[in-house]
Amino acid sequence: MATTITRPKTLIGKAIRRREDPRLITGTATYVEDIKMPGMHYAVVVRSPHAAAKIRSIDTSKAAARPGVVAIFTGQDVSKVGPVPCGASLPGLRVPNHTILATDRVYYAGHPVAVVVATDRYIAADAADDVEVDWEVLKAVADPLKALEPGAPAVHPQWPDNKAFDFHQEHGDIDKAFAEADVIVKQRILSQRLIPTPMETRGVVAEWRAADRALNLYSSTQIPHLLRSMVAQMLGLEENRLRVVAPEVGGGFGCKLNVYAEEALMGFVAMKINKPVKWIETRRENYLTTIHGRGHVDDYELSAKRDGTITGIKLRIIQDLGAYHQLLTPAIPTLSVLMMPGLYKTQNIFADIVGVFTNCVPTDAYRGAGRPEATHGIERMVDILAAELKMDPAEIRLKNFVQPNEFPFPTATGLIYDSGDYAAPLKKALDIAEYEKLRREQSESRKQGRLMGIGMSAYGEICAFGPSPATPAGGWESATVKIEPSGKVTVLTGTSPHGQGEETTFAQIAADELGVDIDDVLVVHGDTALVQYGIGTFGSRATAVGGTAVYFALQDLKAKIKKFGAMLLNSDDVTLANGQCIDNKTGASKSVQEIAAASYRAMQLPPNTEPGMVSTHFWEPPNFTFPFGAHLVVTEVDRDTGAVKVVRYIAVDDCGNILNPLIVTGQVHGGVAQGIGQALYEQAVYDEAGQLITGELMDYAVPKAHMLPWIESDHTVTPTPVNPLGVKGVGEAGTIGCSPAVVNSVVDALSPLGVKHIDMPMTPEKIWKLIRSAQ
Amino acid sequence: MNIHVTINGKNYSHDVEPRLLLIHYLREVVGLTGPHIGCETSLCGACTVELGGKAVKSCTMFAVQANGASITTIEGLAANGKLHAIQEAFWNEHGLQCGFCTPGMIMASKQILDRNPNPTEEEIRHGLEGNICRCTGYQHIVNAVKAAAKATGA
Repeated sequence: MATTITRPKTLIGKAIRRREDPRLITGTATYVEDIKMPGMHYAVVVRSPHAAAKIRSIDTSKAAARPGVVAIFTGQDVSKVGPVPCGASLPGLRVPNHTILATDRVYYAGHPVAVVVATDRYIAADAADDVEVDWEVLKAVADPLKALEPGAPAVHPQWPDNKAFDFHQEHGDIDKAFAEADVIVKQRILSQRLIPTPMETRGVVAEWRAADRALNLYSSTQIPHLLRSMVAQMLGLEENRLRVVAPEVGGGFGCKLNVYAEEALMGFVAMKINKPVKWIETRRENYLTTIHGRGHVDDYELSAKRDGTITGIKLRIIQDLGAYHQLLTPAIPTLSVLMMPGLYKTQNIFADIVGVFTNCVPTDAYRGAGRPEATHGIERMVDILAAELKMDPAEIRLKNFVQPNEFPFPTATGLIYDSGDYAAPLKKALDIAEYEKLRREQSESRKQGRLMGIGMSAYGEICAFGPSPATPAGGWESATVKIEPSGKVTVLTGTSPHGQGEETTFAQIAADELGVDIDDVLVVHGDTALVQYGIGTFGSRATAVGGTAVYFALQDLKAKIKKFGAMLLNSDDVTLANGQCIDNKTGASKSVQEIAAASYRAMQLPPNTEPGMVSTHFWEPPNFTFPFGAHLVVTEVDRDTGAVKVVRYIAVDDCGNILNPLIVTGQVHGGVAQGIGQALYEQAVYDEAGQLITGELMDYAVPKAHMLPWIESDHTVTPTPVNPLGVKGVGEAGTIGCSPAVVNSVVDALSPLGVKHIDMPMTPEKIWKLIRSAQ
Repeated sequence: MNIHVTINGKNYSHDVEPRLLLIHYLREVVGLTGPHIGCETSLCGACTVELGGKAVKSCTMFAVQANGASITTIEGLAANGKLHAIQEAFWNEHGLQCGFCTPGMIMASKQILDRNPNPTEEEIRHGLEGNICRCTGYQHIVNAVKAAAKATGA
């Protein structure tokens, strides 16, 4: 029987508005803070006001006496809970014991020392203020360069040199490259500490079901399954008795790709008081205690021939780690080393990383995680080299790019770049900008004394994490696709989207593959009780790895549909198309829905075939993917105030095939906004005593609507051969491509004044001083 | 203290602590989930609601200060099962990603359009200065406000 085909032939590539939005635009979504349970209690964490101090004693009696307070726990009480885990391993890595509450000493301002539990959140906050800690304040060190100086205060007394690790990597013949170079350029480049700032802070609700010995943990996380494994281990609880739910998550940008003390602590509290407990991080706590990003001091040297050919790159990274290793802290700068060649051919590299402890909150993965630093470095250095050789910055890039016929391309750092045409986005950006004309305008404007700049970057990034042997926790992703007896389709993904829109893109994939209406597809994620084990959402991996798992689960299902269809049609030659299984000889057909119903009814089964219509696939990627692109930025600097105005922002990104252009454009915009944030506005500043003086939104300049330009977003499309969808990932591209393009533009604007380099953030004060000192 | 408020057209009366913040009243006492807390310091705007016809940040106002007021939250925008034009525009233009700032962003957008039915890009950006979005870079939000203006003007 034939049915009318009512759906378009393909949904992939269409700008479909998101299926997650109705609950979000009506205020009915359930974030952690929206969860309420009968008998729920509230927890407030007591934190250290000092960056380094010994705890002489803690007096909780006054707090405990407050009506409504039901429990207070300190470091001694939680001594059986395992440490906050570090998932990264490097040779010789020093790993401090990171207990969930401090015991005898604190290592950064904000360090948790106790937790107060009460029947009401206001009472808990009052009681937290009543906890009295007798401190012996110690000298702190917040600057990684100062931490490396002899005689600096030791963050951890057992390691007086404040070094957590040394890492080295080299390839080719760097000495020869530098010995034979026509020109060598050197520059120290800073990638300042940043605060990720998702609009939803962290939060946890824990519910202990004593009779079942089962713990339900609701957390604002990007990695529910990994969190389950690790919190179970910390609490000594069987993993299958811990259910982790990532409900609606209000942004992460990497900072929720982690396991935090409070996640285990709330589980501990719920088990102790035998009541549900809620903890919601304040913004102040978020800035003090959720991981920061970047924190690099990078010393670069580039060797080159007179014609602009780059022959070697040397890089020494000083990584500000903070006081502890969070989940991936020490691994982040190794990603900078992996991507240090950028899009360029050179096979001679030499890299050192020194990981430095400071009395600050740990750094870890923040949007881009090591790759923005690498891209910023190489793209600044290429501009510095171009200036030295008096070459055009576009020309020098085009000269050094890996060429389209050289893929798969083995890099000097041991990666295999998958596919690319690196010149294409750059040329497209130059075309959009009308580059020649723009340069003429610039020379005219300079004659009038105006400070106009044109800057560009050509970036590459490593995405779709990743092959399991190259990742700390398995790099595959999982999907289950079920066609229910009614014919409705449910997709369970191991990824954990929190704004990226996979409830829509994965539904597009499923609807296309099965030929069903997209409204018949539901995508479920973020609940370990519902979804098979998964890895999560980070590293621009969700669609490239998780979407591919969905795709392969669908292929298995399609084969099963055809088996059942052939049986029902009494045919040995069937085709599945547009939701119909068609007998190629007679033209008779059965719909996917009819076939699914028959598979559950199971009156008859094809040979060697089980009833039902469910398939689970764990997809192991054979390689990373390597998106690329070019950003071009026109700026104008106000000579009197030092203010930078971004006049034009052109982003040409190649993320492989595009499943939903609306979502991809949104990712680019958001990425660029965070890149401009780093380039112009944002910096986490600690004073000498280790106090975070940008500890609120008042002092930490997250860009607002009037602080950002209109972004002209365009694309080239080079599919990856790594996965059958041909998608590479786009979540971090904007951030990675952005900051060097903005800085290159402003340096270009100020180059008539002799300015050769500017570190971020390029605040008006900094620029004004540069202009003043040049005059 | 006893307060009487009208929220999304419904009357409420509660005895509240004088120090209870309006955002906590709306969320904990009345049971709404739309207004969010992003900073507790009136900087992020996730808690924006309409009070007496003006967009206010409910995290820096006491519930008792709202006594006698009429409040509209994001939950009160859709009428008869039909989304408000601004909600529809945010959806169509992909004006949100994680959605946490969205209720406040939509309420702020409503005030922009209430005051100026046909704002320029610059006026929209200026009008949104009190609301922070970390996901979108604001461009699709600007598009959404423009689209809503067009839809309501038509």
